Amino acid sequence: MYVRLDERYRVTLTLNGRERSAYAEPRTQLCDFLRHSLGATGTHVGCEHGVCGACTVMVDGRATRSCLMLAVQVEGRRVETIESLAKEGELNDLQRAFREHHALQCGFCTAGILMSCHEFLGRVTDPSEAEVRDMLSGHLCRCTGYTGIVQAVLAVARARQNNRQETP
Amino acid sequence: MKPAAFDYYRPTTRREAIEQLVERGEDARIIAGGQSLMAVLNMRLSQPRVLIDISGVDELRYIERRDGYLAVGAATTQAELAEYAALADEVPLLAQMLPWIGHFQTRNRGTVCGSIAHADPSAELPLCLATLGGEVVLETKRGKPRRVTGDDFFQGILTTARRPHELITEVRFPLSKAGHRYRFQEVAMRHGDFAIVALAVDIGETEYHLGVGGVADRPVVRRIPRDVDLDDALNTLAWSLEAQDDIHASATYRRHLVREMGRRLMTEEIVQEETADVRPAR
Repeated sequence: MYVRLDERYRVTLTLNGRERSAYAEPRTQLCDFLRHSLGATGTHVGCEHGVCGACTVMVDGRATRSCLMLAVQVEGRRVETIESLAKEGELNDLQRAFREHHALQCGFCTAGILMSCHEFLGRVTDPSEAEVRDMLSGHLCRCTGYTGIVQAVLAVARARQNNRQETP
Repeated sequence: MKPAAFDYYRPTTRREAIEQLVERGEDARIIAGGQSLMAVLNMRLSQPRVLIDISGVDELRYIERRDGYLAVGAATTQAELAEYAALADEVPLLAQMLPWIGHFQTRNRGTVCGSIAHADPSAELPLCLATLGGEVVLETKRGKPRRVTGDDFFQGILTTARRPHELITEVRFPLSKAGHRYRFQEVAMRHGDFAIVALAVDIGETEYHLGVGGVADRPVVRRIPRDVDLDDALNTLAWSLEAQDDIHASATYRRHLVREMGRRLMTEEIVQEETADVRPAR
């Protein structure tokens, strides 16, 4: 695959379970492609050099900075964004916990944090507080602080554990 | 910011990648995970004419035990290495150090070879390679692959011994030696940030190999016999690094960390307790 700098390449991917495609130049960042070409504006763009974590999405099931990836690199891949969490207009348990524990104020960083938490809780079912804080170290929140976020993640982990025990 | 325009090439074989690199030379940059290079491109600190993306070259995605080394291919991510089950036995220093590289979100895409190719003086993987005496394997169109030791490979800030037509295809970390112990520790503003000082040590029967990152313009490794006065040796080492003041730390503080962390690490006052609640490789 060779795309010249002035060409536009038709990128086909699975976005939140649906096959989508749109044109991108080689230099187009994944975050801009999602927002401007695919209309998935839930992903926010912060620092554009991989420090703040606001643009985090999942690529093939792994949390990834979408400002540090090119649109052409997701050809044939599976991308999940914040839009994938709520089902039929209902917030999922993680999103509800963020609301209950005051884990957001302005919400700019929240979309990215939720995607990291989503991957993390899929892998680590009984996290310690230190592990949650380590996972959050890849994100910057400048208004709420992290205490509410940590409580929300721990509450979801506990609730999911209990659910598993009730339905063997 | 947004990157300047470039051509994008995604080869599927090592041969295709090398041929393009040889043809385009210094106009080309190799991208694998992009966790350092994309930031550089976004800020337009580098403006290559063509980006050669080796992340789809499956033959460069491997972790293999071979000839006393653990060999890691150029497309292998830091997360894949962290998940390699035998890592804590085969190269314990790597297993201890991997959770300190960036954040899990960047380890998911960042590659082992990419971090070494980038050669940030405060990065953990170059420090690990230099401390253990590992090697970088460079290939071009003709001739045998060139093997360069970590000591010779790192030449300064973001500067390496790689020639414009060479592709880093593999790095090799020596397997752990019987009777040796390995320790890693770093101080940063926030876990996952660039190290203010990072130290790695290979504790052998007669000598220490102590590696220091984050202070000089490249990782610095010293052999220190076990029977010398440790405080003297560490003080001499700390002053030899020509530490600089910057916004993160003063030169005095960096020298203090080299002496103090060095002594604790080498006399094993620091074991794993300090990071025990952050389980590695998760």
